[in-house]
Amino acid sequence: MKSITRQKPFEEIQEQLEPFDRIFIAGCGTCATLTETGGVDQVKEMSDRLNELGKRISGTTVIPTACDEMTSEVMKEHNRAIGDANCILVMSCALGVHRISLYIDKPVIPALDTLFIGIEDTPGNFREVCAQCGQCILGQTAGICPITTCHKGLVNGPCGGTNNGKCEIDREKDCAWTLIYNRLKEQNRLYLMKKYNPPHNFQVTPRPGVLKIS
Amino acid sequence: MPVSFKEKLDSGKFVITSEIAPPKGTNLEQMHHHIEMLKDKVDALNVTDHQSSVMRFPSIGGCMAIREHDGEAILQMTCRDRNRMSLQAELMLAYTRGIKNVLCLTGDAIPVGDHKEAKGVFDLDSVQLLRTIRTMESGYDLGGNQLDGVVEFCSGAIVTPEANPLEPQLMKFEKKVESGAVFFQTQAVYDLDNFTRFMKYARRFPVKILAGIVLLSSARMAKYMTENVPGIFVPQNLIDELSSAPKGEALAKGIEIAGRMIATLKKESICDGVHIMAIGKEEVVPDILAAAGM
Repeated sequence: MKSITRQKPFEEIQEQLEPFDRIFIAGCGTCATLTETGGVDQVKEMSDRLNELGKRISGTTVIPTACDEMTSEVMKEHNRAIGDANCILVMSCALGVHRISLYIDKPVIPALDTLFIGIEDTPGNFREVCAQCGQCILGQTAGICPITTCHKGLVNGPCGGTNNGKCEIDREKDCAWTLIYNRLKEQNRLYLMKKYNPPHNFQVTPRPGVLKIS
Repeated sequence: MPVSFKEKLDSGKFVITSEIAPPKGTNLEQMHHHIEMLKDKVDALNVTDHQSSVMRFPSIGGCMAIREHDGEAILQMTCRDRNRMSLQAELMLAYTRGIKNVLCLTGDAIPVGDHKEAKGVFDLDSVQLLRTIRTMESGYDLGGNQLDGVVEFCSGAIVTPEANPLEPQLMKFEKKVESGAVFFQTQAVYDLDNFTRFMKYARRFPVKILAGIVLLSSARMAKYMTENVPGIFVPQNLIDELSSAPKGEALAKGIEIAGRMIATLKKESICDGVHIMAIGKEEVVPDILAAAGM
């Protein structure tokens, strides 16, 4: 599982940082490094840009896995530099931002937008495959998720916008139901596509999702 | 007592429907004009529901206007903008206002329209919406609660006979039939050989099929549609025919083509009727009918 992120427009980062002149920057060595949005190079680049704007960077770090609880130890190591800053700019996905907020009593500012949970098909190509809907139907859709892969999240077959295997919103995007159809056909399981699927339960775990292992 | 759309479908006569698009705004003058002009020339009038995801006056408002003019309305209902509660509520409103026909659609995607940052709902899909109607007709809502007063609709859906690949569309078509659709209005068809093949398949089901006739207003439009609109294929001979029309006569040629197709479909009993979509050129629908000899 990878949390796919994109750097916010620099103007937005600047606006968020407007009240602050001393900044500590934290990147993430896992997903954000992979997507080149919060690795060593991007943290350095951000530090330089903010310096040019007259901001003082009290310190930087790239946390091994920002969403992990070990993050508290990393924060302790940088206690001094963080103490010297009046905010933390976080270059990780929102999970890292949340984790850091638990340990730091100062404003925590996200530098990235978290787009989706996805996998890397080929180096540098990420694809959303799961919407974490809580009602998995991959068993009947040949391992291709229509909730995620179909723009409309349809569970009873393609809409009329399907066009030669592509989606009406983008010719670069595959029609989920054509993919499902092709794979089920290969597997001799097309009968699964004829099955009626009732309306999705959107309240499997009413938001916010909480799970306690007893 | 005027004959209902359902009775006309059941009578076996060649049924003609057309459609009107509500305005973007509150000036209803043109919509009322189109209703007045078409209501007695066709068996029922669809009202589009934010077609192409472009925000407009609501479909149900247009259908209520048709009822005010004593016309027969087909409420187009997409799943894009309302959740299951809102869809059921609107079905009840429609029923109490004398709107007895519903066309159940998934709805175009939000990004193709004019409110590109809106949330697409798609709580239900077209098949589930058809079943929702059946559930409500049986006296219950989707939550399993009893209704005080039920609805009753003649439910329809769409099918795209030119889709590629076709088989997934046909599987969905069958799901729609099983879920209560009694009539289908197809995506635009131009290749009558292909359509006849589709009809050979569709005849196996106890439903009425109305062929979609989209007016071709120029060779450019025909080419654009065939290249860009999912599920539409305009054969080259029709594009050539439109190109051959003298300057300023392309629309007349398009009317002639549409009329000719309708006449053929009827004469050869290929399908049960037609659904004429003039897309902004509603004024010429009577001319299309005249060209078809109706």
